[in-house]
Amino acid sequence: MEQWRGFNPGNWQENIDVRDFIQKNYTPYEGDYTFLSGSTDRTKDLLKKAEDLMALERQYGGVLDIDTHTVTSLLNYKPGYLDKKNEIIVGFQTDRPLKRGVNPFGGIRMTRSACEAYGYRLSDKIESEFQYRTTHNDGVFRVYGKETRAARSCGLITGLPDAYGRGRIIGDYRRVALYGIDKLIEEKKNDKDNLSRSCNIMDSFAIRQLEELHQQINFLGMLKGMAEMYGYDISKPAMNAKEAVQWLYFAYLGAIKEQNGAAMSLGRTSTFLDIYFERDIKEGTLTETEAQEIIDDFVLKLRMARHLRTPEYNELFGGDPMWITEALGGVGEDGRPLVTKNTFRFMHTLYNLKPSAEPNLTVLWSKDLPENFKKYCAKVSCDTDAIQYENDDIMRPIYGDDYAIACCVSAMKVGKQMQFFGARANLAKLMLMALNGGKDENRNMQVGPVHEQYPDEYLDYDKVCEYLDIYRPWLARMYANTMNQIHYMHDKYAYEKTQMALHDTEVHRFMAFGIAGMSVLADSLSAIKYAKVRCIKDKDTGLITDFETVGEFPTFGNDDDRVDSIACEQVEKFYEELKKQKLYRNAEATLSILTITSNVVYGKKTGSTPDGRKKGEPFAPGANPMHGREKNGALASLNSVAKLSYDVCRDGISNTFSIVPQALGKNEDERIDNLVNLLDGYFAQKAHHLNVNVLNREVLQAAYEEPEKYPNLTIRVSGYAVNFCKLSKEQQREVISRTFHEAM
Amino acid sequence: MSAIGKVHSFQSMGAVDGPGLRCVVFMQGCPLRCVYCHNPDTHSFEGGEEYTPEEMLQKILRFKSYIKNGGVTVSGGEPLMQAQFVKELFALLKENGIHTALDTAGIGDLTEAKELLEVTDLVLLDIKFLDTDSYQKHCGGDFEQVLRFLKLAEEMEVPLWIRQVIVPELNDGEENITALLELLKNCKNIKKIELLPFRKLCLPKYENMGIPFPLADTPEMPQAEIDKLYELIPEKLK
Repeated sequence: MEQWRGFNPGNWQENIDVRDFIQKNYTPYEGDYTFLSGSTDRTKDLLKKAEDLMALERQYGGVLDIDTHTVTSLLNYKPGYLDKKNEIIVGFQTDRPLKRGVNPFGGIRMTRSACEAYGYRLSDKIESEFQYRTTHNDGVFRVYGKETRAARSCGLITGLPDAYGRGRIIGDYRRVALYGIDKLIEEKKNDKDNLSRSCNIMDSFAIRQLEELHQQINFLGMLKGMAEMYGYDISKPAMNAKEAVQWLYFAYLGAIKEQNGAAMSLGRTSTFLDIYFERDIKEGTLTETEAQEIIDDFVLKLRMARHLRTPEYNELFGGDPMWITEALGGVGEDGRPLVTKNTFRFMHTLYNLKPSAEPNLTVLWSKDLPENFKKYCAKVSCDTDAIQYENDDIMRPIYGDDYAIACCVSAMKVGKQMQFFGARANLAKLMLMALNGGKDENRNMQVGPVHEQYPDEYLDYDKVCEYLDIYRPWLARMYANTMNQIHYMHDKYAYEKTQMALHDTEVHRFMAFGIAGMSVLADSLSAIKYAKVRCIKDKDTGLITDFETVGEFPTFGNDDDRVDSIACEQVEKFYEELKKQKLYRNAEATLSILTITSNVVYGKKTGSTPDGRKKGEPFAPGANPMHGREKNGALASLNSVAKLSYDVCRDGISNTFSIVPQALGKNEDERIDNLVNLLDGYFAQKAHHLNVNVLNREVLQAAYEEPEKYPNLTIRVSGYAVNFCKLSKEQQREVISRTFHEAM
Repeated sequence: MSAIGKVHSFQSMGAVDGPGLRCVVFMQGCPLRCVYCHNPDTHSFEGGEEYTPEEMLQKILRFKSYIKNGGVTVSGGEPLMQAQFVKELFALLKENGIHTALDTAGIGDLTEAKELLEVTDLVLLDIKFLDTDSYQKHCGGDFEQVLRFLKLAEEMEVPLWIRQVIVPELNDGEENITALLELLKNCKNIKKIELLPFRKLCLPKYENMGIPFPLADTPEMPQAEIDKLYELIPEKLK
């Protein structure tokens, strides 16, 4: 086949097997970054146009425009352009850049209120169309029980994807470039025929699968139609690098036109695409400058992807994120690093197009990455604060070498595994609820099963643990049941047709549970164990709403086993309970310690805790120690988090690390070397994830005061990067108050 | 029976006190009273947390995976005041293949210092002022002791980084740098000279302790001026 000229043959030619194609054809790159090209005049010009639009978007309060008359899907908008004749990679979600579509399939109320929040009104046309449709949100609330409703409303579980797309599914968008749509349709048709034929009992499982395949095939056809509107025929494989990027982007674009999932990750594309770039360069049809220009244009498109959200959503997931996560680097099962020149090109966009939160560039770190690449990563971190690191050496043995990261820290084999996203449960609140006999401490409302209130004035560690042991299984069961309901309804009313068409028909499913308030819980239990904690009851309600803590106690973040072991134990116990639950579609339970920016909201909904945190104060993000409690410096803080077991938290353990440049080294070279050593040291201890910020608190303070002067200020917060100025003032204050490791 | 060290604090990550990433141990107690001291809380010989060298080693080993290109720096206070403890700690660290650095003003017993230097890979010697009067006036110490320590380190061929805090109006003139270079001109073991700008980040510490900061009215040293002074220093020592 002409499109596959020059490629090494393999199983990938017979079956859909992108990994095999990559392994047989990619060229590892061990050199440094000096080969990279700067931005061309064309790129600068397009960047300017995009920046102007984004500035306007900010002026308009965060949303430039909304098409309230069209329900977003693959074929519903005319083609949109930024600058038609100068664009290399084309395609927008609607007919104009930054204009947002409406996606009421998750829930019409959300859509309506999102429109209203920005001064728009959802059109009567859509309102009336959706009178006769059940949305995902409708479905879920038809079946939710009282316990779930209470747990949601008091903030014991928050952020559930029951009114918006669940996301965290990564289509294997590379398949479109490598095989073309026709081949993919043919494969799915075969799967469908085989299933019909081989099915002995046509039960609900088989019927659902058949209908899903029908929809997948239908949407693959629509994807082809969408590309045709832009003047491209993607029925056949891509011919060259530019086409490969365009085909892949069309596939991704189809996914985000169809779905508004919380995290719409890109996958692991750079090394795959590099094979096409290398071939073109070898054939003499592409220069380095042109190669970079294609990637720059692609990334610029990704940066302009938008979904319409409500203000409540933004409170949980601040900064208007898309989580277009691209996993970079890592090492192959055969030991060859998966770093290519294109890996560098992706990261180089942070210079050519200035720093940015999206795409969410995620380096899969291994001790065996080439030194030059490690140093380049450290340099990019120091210069831009825009990348995160995840431990390839602990993920590869589980997921192989063709996994990617959904959202922030969720690993999955591309095209072979997916997850049912499940937000998180507030374990600090669970402890308060356990002390109060199942009642919410703030609203005096019965949420969990009725039990006697903690009877004594002073808290005893063993006894408090017993109370937790009573409520933990209840929470796990209720949480799992809620998740089963959500994902049943999501499959039923908002199934991801495009993305699942780019998966194998037989996929492995994870159900991803989460924890918030981990360090608050650990420190509170430590206070109970090592200091004296007295309960203070509210005069009116009799609920335990405050604590008096006397004496010193070890806190999480100081590499002190006395408390770190408590953290590990509590996480493990929760996971043990989750594992016992029977899950929808036989999903495998996983757990994350990740909060996005919801640590602020969770804190708001949680009363005072025995660790000294007062009612309403934010939690630390993710698995971070509470700020201000790290007394032994940066590495001790890292060591505490590194103790949390990835085997228990297969959905990821997020840690955000901020250090002032002066504390990392005296000059750039020192800072780079030290950061490389820091990452090597951290990940050698089987830690999972690290966000790295190298900046001064004063910069954030200044941006807080005068946001317009810092339009590109990017900072890693919790598994993702945000444009600092897009956070709410409250979220900004919380970020500023976090620990910045300084030199003594 | 190993020596007990009185440790003011332990910082798991230092990147500015010696090469690479380092754990930094701050010893409690200092005989000097330098006007610009950043750690007045380390002055007193009372207090501090007690460690045996073995205990401190265990604490440090938790960070071994980070410090392979760095090591451990013992600072203070004045570590020479607890030379026996530091010596035993350094010996243990070296057994474990960890680089050792001593951050000192050079004030202490020479015999003890000699034993300590035998297990020291690098000395960060802070030569605060360059004549007897200034040293006495601004640090309350005997400059002769510093010179004797410098000589000892030279004889033992221990690599040295020389450091000096540059304070406006006290030692920010070019002649001060010239004098420093003159003092060091015959020392073969000098690897680097670091000029550190005077800063006032320590003010809150003084306020908390309720003691006046002697240089409260002195302005901070601009980095640009420091860069200018660096021009006087030979390239290989920068």
